[in-house]
Amino acid sequence: MRSTEAVDEARRVFVICNACRYCEGYCAVFPAMEKRRAFTAGDIGYLANLCHDCRGCYYACQYAPPHEFALNLPKTLSRVRAQTYTEYAWPKPLAGLFQRNGMIVTLAASASLALVLLLATDLQSSQILYGTHGVPGSFYAVIPEALMVGIGLATFSFAVLALAMGWRNFRRDTSGGSVSEWRSLFRAACDALTLRNLGGSAHGCNNLDQSFSQSRRYAHQALFYGFFLCLASTTAAAFYEHILGIIPPFPFFSLPVVLGAVGGVGMLIGAAGLAWIKIQSDPAPAAKACLGADYALLGLLFLAAATGLLLLALRETRAMGILLSFHLGVVLSFFLVIPYSKFVHGIYRFAALLRNATERKTS
Amino acid sequence: MNKEYDVLVAGGGNAALCAGLTALDAGARVLIVEYAPRDFRGGNSRHTRNLRAMHDKPTATLVGAYSEEEYWSDLLGVTGGNTDEHLARLMIRATAELLPWMESRGARFQLSLSGTLGLSRTNAFFLGGGKALLNAYYTTAERMGMDVVYDSEVKSLCLANGAVREAEVFSMGETRNIRAKAVVACSGGFQADVEWLREYWGDAAENFIIRGTPYAKGVLLRNLLDQGVASAGDATQCHCVAVDARAPKFDGGIVTRLDCIPFSIVVDRHGNRFYDEGQEFWPKRYAIWGRLVAQQPGQIAYSIMDSKAEKLFIPSVFPAVRSETIGELAANLGLDPSALENSVRNYNRALRPGIFNPDVLDDCSTEGIDPPKTHWARTIDTPPFIGYPLRPGITFTYLGLKVDENAAVLMQNGQPVANLFAAGEIMAGNILGKGYLAGIGMAIGSVFGRIAGREAAKVAQH
Repeated sequence: MRSTEAVDEARRVFVICNACRYCEGYCAVFPAMEKRRAFTAGDIGYLANLCHDCRGCYYACQYAPPHEFALNLPKTLSRVRAQTYTEYAWPKPLAGLFQRNGMIVTLAASASLALVLLLATDLQSSQILYGTHGVPGSFYAVIPEALMVGIGLATFSFAVLALAMGWRNFRRDTSGGSVSEWRSLFRAACDALTLRNLGGSAHGCNNLDQSFSQSRRYAHQALFYGFFLCLASTTAAAFYEHILGIIPPFPFFSLPVVLGAVGGVGMLIGAAGLAWIKIQSDPAPAAKACLGADYALLGLLFLAAATGLLLLALRETRAMGILLSFHLGVVLSFFLVIPYSKFVHGIYRFAALLRNATERKTS
Repeated sequence: MNKEYDVLVAGGGNAALCAGLTALDAGARVLIVEYAPRDFRGGNSRHTRNLRAMHDKPTATLVGAYSEEEYWSDLLGVTGGNTDEHLARLMIRATAELLPWMESRGARFQLSLSGTLGLSRTNAFFLGGGKALLNAYYTTAERMGMDVVYDSEVKSLCLANGAVREAEVFSMGETRNIRAKAVVACSGGFQADVEWLREYWGDAAENFIIRGTPYAKGVLLRNLLDQGVASAGDATQCHCVAVDARAPKFDGGIVTRLDCIPFSIVVDRHGNRFYDEGQEFWPKRYAIWGRLVAQQPGQIAYSIMDSKAEKLFIPSVFPAVRSETIGELAANLGLDPSALENSVRNYNRALRPGIFNPDVLDDCSTEGIDPPKTHWARTIDTPPFIGYPLRPGITFTYLGLKVDENAAVLMQNGQPVANLFAAGEIMAGNILGKGYLAGIGMAIGSVFGRIAGREAAKVAQH
């Protein structure tokens, strides 16, 4: 972790916070901070990712601007987090994609979407593309199975590899200890699954202003669990096809469709909710430079869910071919940008929660 | 501000909001007139963290029990009997029902974790501190229809025939007269008016650091005292602690305090020790060191220790001054090196062997020097040597308005003003003649704020 202006500012803020400690009831960042008297750049990267941006400390802070100490911890840590995404990115030459990330994600998504649509309309006969289907194998008639599965697997595997390397880089730099402590892993998983650190002692967080609410936590959970239901749907689909020998499209009340439909609705609600909260919220504790990346990923996830649900609704009509191409184009662009988008926050935040659980255990 | 109000509250801190919220409950139309801008609203309450509350069994955030008698005897101890027992006991008893009321108005509490001077039995801690508490109160009060004006100062109250007729408010560049059926004065002490402090402290006042709000200038306090209202409390008494001399002149709050004194020796600007640094547990001596430093030449002192002591206290916001030798440390602090070397040598020689334990009144003490250090006295011999400069830091002054059990302000003849009440720092001197108990300021403000709000609404609706 390089020492930058953002890291230096975080260090200045932590020295003041550590002498005050009024916020220690809000989240895990403060008790973790109190264990230290000096802060290495690695410590600051860790604490920045432990921060869930609930903003409770900003509204409670007696030293917030215009006070001369001008503390703004959520904003400062958001800036450091953005820096960690660049620093730990793999492979290194692609780290630059985190600069102006909102634009890059949008461009990448548009490009891959355009490519898929072009290829589909160019290579596929219009009879098939605009025909009505609804029979087993109709998806693969529009886009050949080998192509769909091949590209999907390749891009997704690369994303998983790049995320794993980022995880490794982060843990090395912030001396994360061993992952083999199952109890710490369990505690970290509980923290992540419940978003305990957005709970603010059961009152929720400061989504919009000084008032408290749980809406951001619930919206994030809708998106998070919705996303995993969609992953589960894909896995179930593979099981249906390759083990049970059932060819998609699957019936409405089959496992892949039910999981995908529920997950897709969750993602729609979650992504729209988070974007709505972001638009409404007080800009003071937010780092403006990070907003582009936030909106870009939310937009992409919303689009992926929306096109998936639309495809489900209209899969027996003439629109199916083009909708399938559209949906797969969005999914492909999502797979491509996973390691170079806001998506990585989940990896580093979980690594930070894991380190925190280990620290809490040893103290 | 042009409406007709039932209750006008001068001030915007904890006492003011407790008064406003209680008056709103009774159906009164309430206006809060806060001198500070919105960002700095809340007076000294912005810098507070907890409230001392009596309780006969454990609560969600308080352990054990804290009886009326124990509370009273703690208060008696710090004030040396310089208190009003009737008002004090009334206040103590009322704290027993305070926390649920606060929660119903949006207050949130937390378990005390660390760095809190071991107060988890006696004091309830606000989640996020006093500013978060005030945010919750303002949110609730505004939802209930309370009006608030910021950047507005109640300059004077016109007293005639035993009642307040009008309030003169300076706001947005002009003075207006506001009529209200009752007024609650919650405008704090006068600690931020250095000229007023000079009347009692002389030039020494220039060297005081004002830990809290720069808006507590005591304008309304003086205005009322000048109109024959009875005073309570001693003008030279205040809550005054030793703070880092590098603290900002105003509003530095909690982060400027230094908890290192019991693990150090403290010298004046001539390099001489002047008081037993290890007399008692720090929470019990915290509030005497401001006065002690104020009485030294130049109102400055220096806490000197070695590397053994460094991890024993919460770090201050300012970096410690460190050096490899005592002489160099003295030079870096602006002290005479030979004088400091001499003091450290004399102190080291006077040490008796003992077993150091920061958690008990241990047997590490000195013998044959004056003043002695009676606990936690260890050699200062392991570099790097560490020093912090100290100044007196005033939290709030105790001179205030005399009130009765209804928080009604009393005239010098003993008669209450019919529609004027007071709560918070402006009347804390009724109970705090001298000394301080952690969290009692917020307890007094909350209890008397509620009483004042209730009585003001009652008067207004008659």
